[in-house]
Amino acid sequence: MSDFLRSYLTVGFFAVLAVLMVALMLGAGAVLRPERPQRQKYVTYESGVDPVGDGWSQSTLRYYLFALLFVMFDVEAVFIFPWATRLEVYGVFGLVEMAIFIFILALGLFYAWRKRVLRWV
Amino acid sequence: MIWTLALELAYWQQTAIKLVVVALVIPTAALILGYVFLMKMMSFMQSRLGPMEAGPYGTLQLLADGVKFLQKEDVFPRRADRYVFALAPVVVLVSTFLLYAVLPMGPDAVVSSLDAGLFFALAVASLSVIGVLMAGWGSANKYALMGGMRAAGQLIAYELPLVLAAIGVVIQAGTLDLNKIVLAQANGELFGWGAIGFPYILTQFLGFAIFLVAVQAELTQPPFDMPVAESEIVGGYQVEYTGFRFLFFFMAEFGTAFAFAGIASVLFLGGWYVPGLDPASGWFNLIGPFVMFIKIMAVSALIFWFRFTFPRLREDQLQKLAWKVLVPLALGNIVVTGVLKVLV
Repeated sequence: MSDFLRSYLTVGFFAVLAVLMVALMLGAGAVLRPERPQRQKYVTYESGVDPVGDGWSQSTLRYYLFALLFVMFDVEAVFIFPWATRLEVYGVFGLVEMAIFIFILALGLFYAWRKRVLRWV
Repeated sequence: MIWTLALELAYWQQTAIKLVVVALVIPTAALILGYVFLMKMMSFMQSRLGPMEAGPYGTLQLLADGVKFLQKEDVFPRRADRYVFALAPVVVLVSTFLLYAVLPMGPDAVVSSLDAGLFFALAVASLSVIGVLMAGWGSANKYALMGGMRAAGQLIAYELPLVLAAIGVVIQAGTLDLNKIVLAQANGELFGWGAIGFPYILTQFLGFAIFLVAVQAELTQPPFDMPVAESEIVGGYQVEYTGFRFLFFFMAEFGTAFAFAGIASVLFLGGWYVPGLDPASGWFNLIGPFVMFIKIMAVSALIFWFRFTFPRLREDQLQKLAWKVLVPLALGNIVVTGVLKVLV
């Protein structure tokens, strides 16, 4: 197996270990903890009074807009990483390319700013 | 020789040793951070002693707390989405564990030295958003949903400055492998003077500052603790959790703080390298973990100092800081670093 694949195999083992440790801790808890069911225990917490309506309510649209902005910028970051590692090879050509890329992106951010998307009302 | 021993072992032996060591290190790291900073440093800053009963100077307080959590009943609210509710803390904790897979403590003292190590760490760290959203949604509780939404909005907003601030270092080092970033700093020279190497904090101080602020927000610690604000939404997405599932969120917070302090030390402070020794020397497998520990504690002290000092930001201030200050600054930092890298 190549070193490249093997390094990811190690990470895979590590993920399995993480799940095992979590399972072990929960398992130890399952052996030790008491269980005394009472109806009132399973009522949703709402500052001590009986819950009103459904827990799954609508929330403000702002979160959605910020999530959209995030997707745009996070994909951009994925493109910047490979460029950043090879900048020495690409030299001025790479620099100009990425400057244009970042400029367009900054323009997008500026547009959102002007459109008051970034304002939390 | 103890440090060459690791090279003579078979792959599965090496892996087994590494996994056992890391499995012990992570809970210990969370305990040390919790005790030294959350309990003692915070107490001294507030002119009180903190826990003093359990063990000498209260050192065993967190263990006592852990045992207490172990005995708590595992309560699932009747209206909760059971599977989502049960899995959420597991997702958060596993994403924290995976951060340690690439954190180098020495030239060979790393679980797996991935070529895209930094990328892996940042990607894995952002998985916790999913766990937090699952917790907020699965609880079917109004506070939890608000907390989950706030947390998601905050974590994704500060994800960007975190990632973009790290790119400055990647440009300078020319690699994503965390161990090679350490070596690049160790072998670097300051105006032809190579005695202390070239820790990137000297040129990337802005990146370091942005990185630390973003880490603070990723940990949902004060001043960025809107999602779990106990005086507003009584713990946010954690409100319905009991026992070990609640403890998982706590462990994940401190485990992530330790891991991110480690990544910040690697990126900006030279990682396991100390001046005076040849970076290629095997000695670093022995002293590297101690050097890293000191650097991690220093960076964590900074993180927790901010935590105990600043008041909570409002949601609009929080988003404004991320989008209107940190992201443009980080983008500018990338451009300036790139220009200097190519032209100088």
